[in-house]
Amino acid sequence: MTTRHTSTAPVTRLPTAALREVAHITFDGLGKIYPGASSAALQDISFAVQRGESFGIIGRSGAGKSTLLRTINALELPSSGHVKVDGIDVATLDEDALVGLRCRIGMIFQHFNLLSAKTVFENVALPLRVAGVPKAQIAPRVNELLSLVGLSGKADAYPAMLSGGQKQRVGIARALVHRPEVLLCDEATSALDPETTDAILTLLGDVQREFGLTVVLITHDMGVIHQACDRVLVLDQGRIAELGPVEEVFANPLAEATRALLRPLQHAWQGRLAASATRPQAQVHAL
Amino acid sequence: MFDKYLRALGETLLMVTSACAIVFAVGMLLAVVLVVTAPGGLAPRPRLNRALSVVVNLFRAVPFIILLVALLPVTRWIVGTTMGTWAAVVPLAVHLIPFFARVTQVGLREIDPGLIEAARAMGCRRWHIVRHVLLPEALPAILGGATVTVIAMVGASAMAGAVGAGGLGDLAVRYGYERYETSVMFNVIVILVVLVTLVQFTGERLARRVDHRR
Repeated sequence: MTTRHTSTAPVTRLPTAALREVAHITFDGLGKIYPGASSAALQDISFAVQRGESFGIIGRSGAGKSTLLRTINALELPSSGHVKVDGIDVATLDEDALVGLRCRIGMIFQHFNLLSAKTVFENVALPLRVAGVPKAQIAPRVNELLSLVGLSGKADAYPAMLSGGQKQRVGIARALVHRPEVLLCDEATSALDPETTDAILTLLGDVQREFGLTVVLITHDMGVIHQACDRVLVLDQGRIAELGPVEEVFANPLAEATRALLRPLQHAWQGRLAASATRPQAQVHAL
Repeated sequence: MFDKYLRALGETLLMVTSACAIVFAVGMLLAVVLVVTAPGGLAPRPRLNRALSVVVNLFRAVPFIILLVALLPVTRWIVGTTMGTWAAVVPLAVHLIPFFARVTQVGLREIDPGLIEAARAMGCRRWHIVRHVLLPEALPAILGGATVTVIAMVGASAMAGAVGAGGLGDLAVRYGYERYETSVMFNVIVILVVLVTLVQFTGERLARRVDHRR
């Protein structure tokens, strides 16, 4: 892991000291209306994700979380407002700059989205291949990532031969292969059983600490938020219902939407919440 | 005795392989263009897409025997003659390009949009998505379509005797039908059945070998 700062992709980096001062991803008056839709998918979304934090977005299905997440790497473009990563409006980027941005933003998916015709190795190598990285540099990097996610022995297997948890590990390796600064998780554990979810969240926490990643994850599972996030944003019908540190939001939910999401868990979680409230918080919770 | 069968088989194989080579290359390209330029595709061009689609349907609607005659000037321009085995390759190819393009198009459209999204998210350009996602993921379906196309080509090549292209179909018509030598017709049918079976078997094996979805 000693070589991880010598990025293989052409990346423009600001001095780290300057970066620590600014928010990593900022949303400013973001709105999204799909053509033909009667109501807006997103409305008036303004908040910022700090560098290095683990940020959760929760809401019922159809609340707009998937759209919101996809505006960060410009898979969706906003109808109004701006999304800025490192202060740069992603909607203004041309194709070359967009490809560069996406190399700095890894993404994992609910259904893993691995290519069935490629082996595990080829799947993880693909982002490097399309970026024009020389073959000689690809193999060691891919093997390094596969051992990081604990799949060294599966390099030549095809995704169909793997379990759900193993597939998501491949997804994580693929997302990290460019040494990104941001990791977007789109319901990354929703298709997994509770034990595998636990293991994947632990792995995500490990890689986040190791690489200093900014993680933005969306989920409909309050348990995932509690286990993996520093701050949480509750999205309701395309608007921000509530935003704050996870412990505060869990202990004292202000919005009706939050209470509705928490209700089924309330009793089971009371004890654990009390215990975790005393845990020292390293992250800055400033909005 | 066997000479005429061997020569006819050779002519059929020559017609089918060379026409198929053209069909696979052009048909695949056409299918990719149809999928990529479709509304919601990688590079939507609705007008071009609709125009191409109309042309494809037009050629699919014309029966092969009519196409064979209608394309005579084109054949003369490309091959230099309107008679013989090579002259049949042009109408055969034109006849089956739209068919193969359509079956390939269906295969390409069935790819999970999530894979394309993942490719975009990892920094793939449109060409990379075609090269690394669309074509490899649809390969089992494309090979299935190719198998059907080769078999349809063997059938259509029987009519190519009309331009003196020879081949098995021509042999069966000339000897078996026009000269009442039923045994020739029967033998030709046996050869065709074996040929089609071989193509089907090989196609299925290949498709299974490249299919890693299970």
